[in-house]
Amino acid sequence: MHPWIEKQRHLIDFTLAALARRKTRNAGLLVAYTLIVFVLASLMLFANALRTEAAYVLAASPEVILQRMVAGRHDLIPPGYIERIGRLRGVQKIEGRLWGYYYDPVVNANYTFMARPADEVADGRIMVGATLARERGLAPGNTISFRSYSGRLFTFDVAAVLSPDSELLSADLVLLSERDFRAFFEYPAGHWTDVALAVVNPLEVRNVAAKLAAALPDSRPILREEVLRTYESVFDWREGIVLTVLAGAILAFTILAWEKASGLSADERREIGILKAIGWETGDVIRMKLWEGLLVSLTAFLLGFVAAWVHVFHFGAAVFAPVLKGWAILYPRFTLVPAVDGLQVATLFFFTVVPYTAAVLVPIWRAATTDPDAVMRA
Amino acid sequence: MRPSTVVFALLGPLAAATVMVLALSGPSTAAHQPRLDANRALVARLGLTDLALFTEARYTRHPSQADLHSALQDHPGAFDHFPSGSLLPPPALVRRHASLDRKAASPD
Amino acid sequence: MIELSAVRKAFNQGQGNEYWALHGIDLAIEAGKVTAFRGPSGSGKTTLLTVVGCLARPTSGRVRFKGEDISALPERFLTEIRRQSFGFVFQQFNLIKGLSALENVILPAFPTGRPRRELVAAAEALFDRLKLGHRAGARVEWLSGGEQQRVAIARALINDPEVIIADEPTANLDTALSMEFMGILEGFTAAGKTVLLTSHDPLVVESAAVHRVVGMRDGRLTDH
Repeated sequence: MHPWIEKQRHLIDFTLAALARRKTRNAGLLVAYTLIVFVLASLMLFANALRTEAAYVLAASPEVILQRMVAGRHDLIPPGYIERIGRLRGVQKIEGRLWGYYYDPVVNANYTFMARPADEVADGRIMVGATLARERGLAPGNTISFRSYSGRLFTFDVAAVLSPDSELLSADLVLLSERDFRAFFEYPAGHWTDVALAVVNPLEVRNVAAKLAAALPDSRPILREEVLRTYESVFDWREGIVLTVLAGAILAFTILAWEKASGLSADERREIGILKAIGWETGDVIRMKLWEGLLVSLTAFLLGFVAAWVHVFHFGAAVFAPVLKGWAILYPRFTLVPAVDGLQVATLFFFTVVPYTAAVLVPIWRAATTDPDAVMRA
Repeated sequence: MRPSTVVFALLGPLAAATVMVLALSGPSTAAHQPRLDANRALVARLGLTDLALFTEARYTRHPSQADLHSALQDHPGAFDHFPSGSLLPPPALVRRHASLDRKAASPD
Repeated sequence: MIELSAVRKAFNQGQGNEYWALHGIDLAIEAGKVTAFRGPSGSGKTTLLTVVGCLARPTSGRVRFKGEDISALPERFLTEIRRQSFGFVFQQFNLIKGLSALENVILPAFPTGRPRRELVAAAEALFDRLKLGHRAGARVEWLSGGEQQRVAIARALINDPEVIIADEPTANLDTALSMEFMGILEGFTAAGKTVLLTSHDPLVVESAAVHRVVGMRDGRLTDH
C-alpha cells in the first residue's frame, strides 16, 4: 500500500487509540454532536420538503381571492357585489365561494366546510378528508351528524373519503352541496364567503387586483403570489422555534469548540513533546490532530444527516409532530417529497466540520512547533 | 483489528449512504410527481389556498387568508396563543401592507 | 562519527532568566563504542545529549554527524535524521499512557509509512530479544519499572538506529535490573551500534561495557 496512505492510517490509528483512552467522555461528545446535527438536518430537510410541496401544489391556487372587509374584519360578500366587479379584462372566471369553519365538540376539532357544485356532491351527502375520516372512524357509506350553531342536528351520508395522499391539503375538509351548506350555517341567501377570480395572464394579475381595489374599496384582494410567499417562509430559520433551536445549536457548538480550544493540559503538551522526540515531525503531529477533528466531526455529520433523513422521510419527522400539532386534534399524515437543497446541505457540512476541526488544531499549534528537547528535561 | 479499519468500515457505508441519498433525491422526487400532480389538481378544483397543517384555529388554518388587523392581535405569531405561531411567521402581506390595498387614488 | 565544535547552548535567551547550559564543548565521539557522561546535576549532560541527538539546535557552534553539519538543518531534515539514526531512552521512559507496549514501540515508525504488519513483526522480534514477549499487549502503566524501561529501549530500536542515547538509564532500577541493562548495552556494541549515556551510577560508569567516560561540570568537559 502506498506509504502515504499507510502513514495516514498509522496517524488515524494513533488518534483513535488516544481518543479511546477516555471512551465515555469522547463517546458522549460524539453523541451530543450527532444529536445537534440530527436536529438541524431534520429541520432543514423537513422545511425544504414542505416548502417544495407547498410551492408546487399551491401554484394552482386561484389567482385572486377577493375578501370583503367591514370595520377591519372579514365580512360576507353581499348580493350584487360580484356584479359590481363587472367585466374586467383578463378575468376568465369569477366565482363566489362558500366555506367556513365548524367546531366539532365530539373530538374538539376544527373542520373546514366547503360548498361544492351539485355534480360533485349531492344533497345529503358529504366528502370528507382522510384525517377527519380516521379521527371519526368514517368510511364511505357511514352516516355522521353535526349539530349546527343554531342547535339543529344535520345528518349526512359519507359519499367518499378524499385521498390519503392529499391529507396535507384536505385533512379537515368536509365538502357538501351548496344547499346543505347554506342550510347548515343559516347562511344569508345570495351571500358568499369570498370571490375567486381566474386570471389567464400572470402579468395581468396585479392590474386586475388594482382595478378591483379601485372598483370595490371595501375589498381586499389576495394574490396567489402572496399565498405562495406565505409558505416560502414556513420553518424559516429566522423565526420562532427554528431560530431558538438554531441558536441553541450554535451555542452548543461554541461551547464544544471553546472546550477544545481552551488550551492543552500539561499531559497533552508532554505527549506531543514525546511524539516529536521519538521522531514525529511538526507536520505529522498536526496531521494527526487534523484527523482527530475530521473523524469526529465527519462521523457526527454523516450519522446525524443519515439519521435525519430516515427520521424525516421514513418517519414523517415524528420528533417535530408535537410542536407542529400544537393543540390541533387533526394532524395530517403525509409523505414528504425528498427534495434536498444542495446548498443547505453543503452549508451544514461546512459548519459541522470546519469549526470543530479548527478548534482541535488551534491549541496544539504552539505545542507542535516547539522543540522537543523540553521533553528530556521533564 | 486496526482502529483505522474499524473507522473506515463504519464511515465508508455512511458516506456512501449520504452520497446515494443526495444523488437519488432527484429521481425519488420524480416518484412523487403523480401524487404532487394529483394534489395540485385538487387545489385547482377546490380552489384551496392553504395547507391543512395547523388546524388549531381559523387563522392558523388559513394563514394566507388572515385578517389584516387580526394579524397583530391574534396572529399565530403570538407565542402564547399557538405553538404553530413559532413555525409560521405572519404572512408578508400583513407585515408590509401590499401596495394594492389602497390603490384607489389618494384624496389629495 | 559525531563531532562537536565550540557548541554552546542557552535557554531563555535575551530574557531575564537567561541560562547557559553549555559553554563551548569540543568533542569527538567514536562510532561503535559506549561513551558515558558523568557529572553532577546541572552540569549540562542532558543538554549535551539533546544537542547531539538532534532534539535541539546549539545556540552557537557546530555538530557534525558522519561528516555532515546538522546544526543548521531545517526541522524536517533534522527530524528525519533523528528518526533514522538516533534512538532515545529517556530517564522517565516517557511512554504514552493508555496505549499498549506494542503500540508504544511502533510509534516512532509511523511517519515512515511502513506497513503495520512489518512494524508489528519488528516489534515482536525486539520483545523477544528483550524478554518482553508476554507483555506486548499490556498497557504501559501496568508494567513494572524494569519492563517499562525495556519497552522504552525497544521503542528506541524500532527504526534500527545507529546511535542509542540513554539518559540516566539505571536511575530507576535496582542492581539486578541494572546488571541486565549493562548486558543489553554489550549487545548493542556487539551489533555495532554507538551508545551515549549519562549516569551518576558507578555501576554503569565503571563497568567494562563502557569504553569511554567523559566528565562534565558547569557546562564544560572536565576530563576526556
